[in-house]
Amino acid sequence: MLRYITKRVFAMFLTLLIIATITFFLMKLLPGSPFNNQEKLTESQRYALNEKYGLNDPVPVQYINYLGKLAQGDLGYTFQFDGRTVNSMIANGMGPSATVGFEALVFGTLVGLVLGIAAALKHNSFIDYGAMVMAVFGIAIPSFVFAGLLQYYVGVKLGWLPVAFWNGPEYHIMPAFSLSVGVIATVARFMRTEMLEILGTDYILMARSKGISKQAVIIKHCVRNSMIPIITILGPMAIGLITGSLVIENIFAIPGIGEQFVKSINLNDYPVIMGTTLFYSFLIIVIILVVDILYGIIDPRIRVAGGKS
Amino acid sequence: MKKSKWSLLLTLVLVLSMFLAACSGGEKKETGEKKGGNEGDKTEKPAEPQVLNILDGEEIPSMDSSQATDSVSFEVMNNVMEGLYRLDKENKPTPGVALSHDTNEDGTVYTFKLNPEAKWSDGSKVTANDFVYSWRKALHPDTLSEYAYIMGPVKNANAIQTDGDPLFGKVEELGVKAVDESTLEVTLEAPAPYFLGLTGFATFYPQKEEFVKAQGDKYALEANTLLYNGPFVLNEWKHNEGWQYKKNDNYWDKDSVKLDEINVKIVKDVATSVNLYETGQTDITGLSMEYVDQYKDHEDLYTRGEATVFFLRLNQNSKNSDALKNANIRKAIDMAYDKQSMVDVLLNNGSTPAYYLVPGEFTPGPDGEDFRKTNGNFGGYDLEKAKELWAAGLKELGKESVELELLNYDSDGAKKMGEFFKNQLEKNLPGIKVSIKAQPFKQKLELESKGEYDFSYAGWGPDYQDPMTFLDMFVTDGAHNQMGYSNPAYDKLINDAKKEMDQEKRWEMMLEAEKVLFEDQAISPLYQRGVTGLQKPYVKDLAHHLFGADVSYKWAYIEGKQ
Repeated sequence: MLRYITKRVFAMFLTLLIIATITFFLMKLLPGSPFNNQEKLTESQRYALNEKYGLNDPVPVQYINYLGKLAQGDLGYTFQFDGRTVNSMIANGMGPSATVGFEALVFGTLVGLVLGIAAALKHNSFIDYGAMVMAVFGIAIPSFVFAGLLQYYVGVKLGWLPVAFWNGPEYHIMPAFSLSVGVIATVARFMRTEMLEILGTDYILMARSKGISKQAVIIKHCVRNSMIPIITILGPMAIGLITGSLVIENIFAIPGIGEQFVKSINLNDYPVIMGTTLFYSFLIIVIILVVDILYGIIDPRIRVAGGKS
Repeated sequence: MKKSKWSLLLTLVLVLSMFLAACSGGEKKETGEKKGGNEGDKTEKPAEPQVLNILDGEEIPSMDSSQATDSVSFEVMNNVMEGLYRLDKENKPTPGVALSHDTNEDGTVYTFKLNPEAKWSDGSKVTANDFVYSWRKALHPDTLSEYAYIMGPVKNANAIQTDGDPLFGKVEELGVKAVDESTLEVTLEAPAPYFLGLTGFATFYPQKEEFVKAQGDKYALEANTLLYNGPFVLNEWKHNEGWQYKKNDNYWDKDSVKLDEINVKIVKDVATSVNLYETGQTDITGLSMEYVDQYKDHEDLYTRGEATVFFLRLNQNSKNSDALKNANIRKAIDMAYDKQSMVDVLLNNGSTPAYYLVPGEFTPGPDGEDFRKTNGNFGGYDLEKAKELWAAGLKELGKESVELELLNYDSDGAKKMGEFFKNQLEKNLPGIKVSIKAQPFKQKLELESKGEYDFSYAGWGPDYQDPMTFLDMFVTDGAHNQMGYSNPAYDKLINDAKKEMDQEKRWEMMLEAEKVLFEDQAISPLYQRGVTGLQKPYVKDLAHHLFGADVSYKWAYIEGKQ
């Protein structure tokens, strides 16, 4: 297992280097300059500013300089906020994004699992149809529509929850719920399908005929084995949620990182483009690794290396 | 094995929660005492809480006055900092740190006497050296401000920031001198009657060298790594979330400041802002076009004109078509679309049609009359005349049809505007075919500066309160001309006006220059931008400015809040 993880970590760094290289050169193809009021700058002022930020150097030199700093964990300074580092921008924005994303993921997964299991166990019943109608709605209606409706009816009309901002636990409820709707729907659908398939397999019948209680069979065999595809979809979903949902963060005025990536591209904020890309890539690679390890825990047959022989 | 599997899972969950907890660190509520220079004794309790709650669309990009470039930073700084002068409620320069000033005969040397009561929030005096240090910092190649060009009127400022000039980087050659601790002498390149107003612009604010150096890299990054000398201090600054102003008890004119506290939250979504207004969590909100109709009869609705003018650049150097080299074609285009309905239907936000370059109610002349009022309007919607001019132009060109490409921004509003031009021009000018190239903001500017377009949708906001900020854009080969316009008569008027000592003559020259620009129909003006929003009636005396910072809270107060 240790050898496997070492190999994966090495591959991870190699992947990051490739991503950094490709992003760096692609980013240099972006038109425009990173200066806010470039339309008011004269040629000479533009040259002087480019010089100040090292942007007059040939691109390969800029690339080497960037890698040198990256190796020390330094993502550079953003052009948008004077004197602020990309590291601190990511660190500040990541907290709220990750918190609301994690809450949505946990809540959405739990509710989705319960709905999916209930729908499968009560196949072709009112519960099944009800759960699936909810799932269809959850997938078809975008989260920001839920967010807008919740904000207006629950926040403005009923006054039960704060309309926006990020101050205490009550401020998390509406954004997390809005984000979780898609998760609930997806997880419920996957869980129901998997459960139905597994419920019909021979080993379940075998286990039941051996006298094991229905409850034990469902929990130990059925639910557990249905989790494999759920974990597969949860990985990428977690990245999307934890790294911030631009629209939900905007609607609820959450000071997250969601907007930074898009904005940095529009503003030619090169260090932020690089920083957020690498950070997202890093998270994705780590989550893929975590998912692979989880596979092994849930189903020993998938274990890649090591373990009990 | 079983045990170890679950312990591995548990470890993963724990690591993840620790990671999240670490990430969430920044959002914890402050438990300790709040810092800031606002803890002075309040002898008198006002009749009602003097607290204003407002929203802003962006985080503050910079609080280093010598580096800031954007409207959010300028607005915050205008309320926590002060230059030699500041704009009052009527947009006239009123003493700030300066107590008074003298000028030499030709108006090129200003001597400012500083107010001995002007203090930093640490209680120390604001000195002449604080200005010299900050101004030099804005121009030094290592700390060059993106807004350094605003210092252009000060002697040698342009040379210092021009690479290759013998004075490049020699900030000590800048025309600013601390005669003594409370006397500042500024030498200008040429007389600039707007200079006093310019000293209220952020780039001209003072900075205390000793404090800046002590803070090093951390200077102005947080509320407590900055000194304030304005009506308020930044008491709290939660990045990406909002900030809080508190009244500055060290401010020399603190008796004029009535608000105790201003809470600002960052909200980017207009629907959210409107919902927050409805629930009373903000006292002011801007409205986008789609909300204006919904609130048009609301008693809190306000509409205000700005000094930003939008226009069509008509590129006479286009590689694609030489049609715009022809003055009749340019005039025909200007007359062929209805500016009034464009403003009423497409913008619907208080913007007014523009038949000029220098905006209305922006700057009065030596006679006290608004520049706009004196010079009147140029051109306008006249279909018949447009068709005549168009036919004449085509004849001169020897063509029957013209294809032009409109370079546009890619925002929704701009796209609608582009469709409007296309529709109106194609309907009203026989033989014209307009294609639209919508580009992201930066790309659009890039194409414009390279001259790779036929005509484009552009705008300009003033840097200082003088017609020159608009007019000198279009001198031959000017950095912001970008459309190949050149008229020696225009250049002469602008260059002479920049050197003219007699203010009345100078004014005449600028009025004349604008006439020349429209005789040539160098541009086709579109509209003067307006803003619409909602403001609670109990918010009084907010001062809105036409250039530099948008708002001053110095004189604002709350009265009649239920």
